[in-house]
Parts: sequence; C-alpha cells; structure tokens
Amino acid sequence: MHELSIAMSIVETAQEEAQQRGLRVAAVHLRLGALAGVVKDSLLFSYEIASQETPLAGSKLIIEDVPLAVFCQQCNAERTLDSIQNFTCPVCGTPSGKIVRGKELEVFALEVSE
Amino acid sequence: MTEPRLVEVRRNVLKQNDVVARGLRQRFQNEGVFVASLVSSPGSGKTTFLEKILTMLRPNYRVAALVGDLATENDAKRLARSQAPVKQITTGTLCHLEAAMVERALEDWLPAPLDFLFIENVGNLVCPSAYDLGESLRFVMMSVTEGEDKPLKYPTIFNSADVAIVSKMDLAEAVEFDWPAAEANIQAVRPGMQILRLSAKRGEGMQECVSFLLGQRSTTRSPTAG
Repeated sequence: MHELSIAMSIVETAQEEAQQRGLRVAAVHLRLGALAGVVKDSLLFSYEIASQETPLAGSKLIIEDVPLAVFCQQCNAERTLDSIQNFTCPVCGTPSGKIVRGKELEVFALEVSE
Repeated sequence: MTEPRLVEVRRNVLKQNDVVARGLRQRFQNEGVFVASLVSSPGSGKTTFLEKILTMLRPNYRVAALVGDLATENDAKRLARSQAPVKQITTGTLCHLEAAMVERALEDWLPAPLDFLFIENVGNLVCPSAYDLGESLRFVMMSVTEGEDKPLKYPTIFNSADVAIVSKMDLAEAVEFDWPAAEANIQAVRPGMQILRLSAKRGEGMQECVSFLLGQRSTTRSPTAG
C-alpha cells in the first residue's frame, strides 16, 4: 500500500503549481497508466486523507486511465493492449515488450478558480 | 465565483524519486560500481540467494549489500555471515525502498570503492515497482513454491525488472512446478526477458548467475571507470 505516499506527492505537486500561479484548486486531473503500479480505488481514498488540512482539502481527484500501448515491430505500428498480462500484438500476435504508453503517473491539469 | 477552468501542468508525480535515482545511477557509474537490486514476495529466497552470491564474489571482488526490511534486522545478520559489509535499511511500515533511502543509507556508510553493490528490496511484489533506485540491473525473483502464475498476477513488477530468477529449483519436483508454464507466463508479461533458474541452497545455477553478473558489469561499465 504505497498509494498514500503517492497521494501525498500528488497533493504537494498540485499545491506547488497552484501557489505559483495564485490559484485555488477545485480538482486535480491525473493520468494513470495501466502499468503504473497504483490501485485506483486506494489512490482515490488516500487522496481524501492526504488533502485534509491542506489548501486542497475538499478538492477532487479525477483519474484518467491510460491503457497500455506497445510498438509492434511486425506491424510497424503502435497497438493498444486490453490486458497487462499478455504483451502480444492484438492484430498479428507477435510478442512485444516495447512499451509506448502505460507507465504514466502524472498530474496533467488543475481545475481552478482564481 | 468564477467558472472553474483547466490549467495544464504535466508533472510526473514520482519526479523527485526519479531525480534522486538518476543522480545515484550517475554516481555509481562514475565510481565503477555495478548495482543490482532484488525484488520478490516475502520468502522467495532473496536473502539466501544474496548470502550465497556475496560469498562467491567476495574472494575476488569488493562487494557489499544494502537490505531493506520492515522491522527486523534478521536479514542483515544473515547476510553478514558472508563477511561482506552489509547495511540494513529499516523502513518501518513503508512497503518499499525509495531512491532517497538508498542515498541516505550510503551517506554515513561508504564501503567504497566497490565492484558490486546489491540492494535487497522489502519483500513485496506491488509497491517497489514504481520506484527507481538508481540500480544498474533489477532482478525479480519467484520461487517454484509460489506457483507458475506469479508473473500474471504481478505483471507490473516483472515489467519494472530486467532479469527474472526462478529460485528454489531443488523443490521443483516436490511441488510439481511446471517450468514451461512459468516460462510462458514470464514471456507473456515481459517478452524477451532473460530467466535464471537456480537453487541457492544447493548451489545449482549459482555459478551461471555469477558469470552473468560479471558479464553485465563489464558491458555496463563506463570506459573511464577503473
């Protein structure tokens, strides 16, 4: 269970950005890759705790899931995979471990009011 | 109150860890030390494996180990039997090591210069996956007693590692370990992953592991390092 420390980092990151711009945060938008190693529900729960008694208290964490995508050498194309348990191209069946997307753990936007 | 609007930020949440890890990796490279870390579930045999590896390398190479544990110092005591310098990082309730902990542990403990430094992570197949420790190579270990489907249950950790170790091979027959299935499962979640099979207790596969480490060290060392 490392979601609480991740949530604390999210709060810290968002707060830093908001302070620099003199903004008040209503929601934090996070991009979460399928291979980031973070459990979404735990993170949402942890966020509430981590944001308490900070300027972000009461703000929402909005998580956008980023599915796993690999580059298939055979097809010479990027392919989105449905499962992180099977790294094979869904079109031609060639195994591919070349990850293009899916490891994201990124605060990508803040919903703010002045 | 004004309408809420979106401000783009784009900041990696684990950036702080990544920055520290990058610094460590650079430092290890400058010092010419090859750093291998080890992740597995509790009880897979990390400590037995490390004790053996340290003992085998120690006559010819300068070796040391950092070992992460939640509360006890038992692992460090076991590793100390290899007579290599060993330092414990007690994480308290934290379920994984972070780059800053490694950095801190090295601050007041410098058995340098070293050829090999081993880092044993806390026994956990989930949390350590997100944290780069600045290592040159990461092993993920699974023992034959854990079942062949470990990789399918924990694909993320297998993807954060470079090489897989299947341990306790001496028990394979007793637990009817299905090697082809295990191999297929590892390859399904990490195509092309190299796998070392061994029994640290009996010694089978250990020499191959030592050779592998020596080979890795010579290919990753910077040409200027001593």
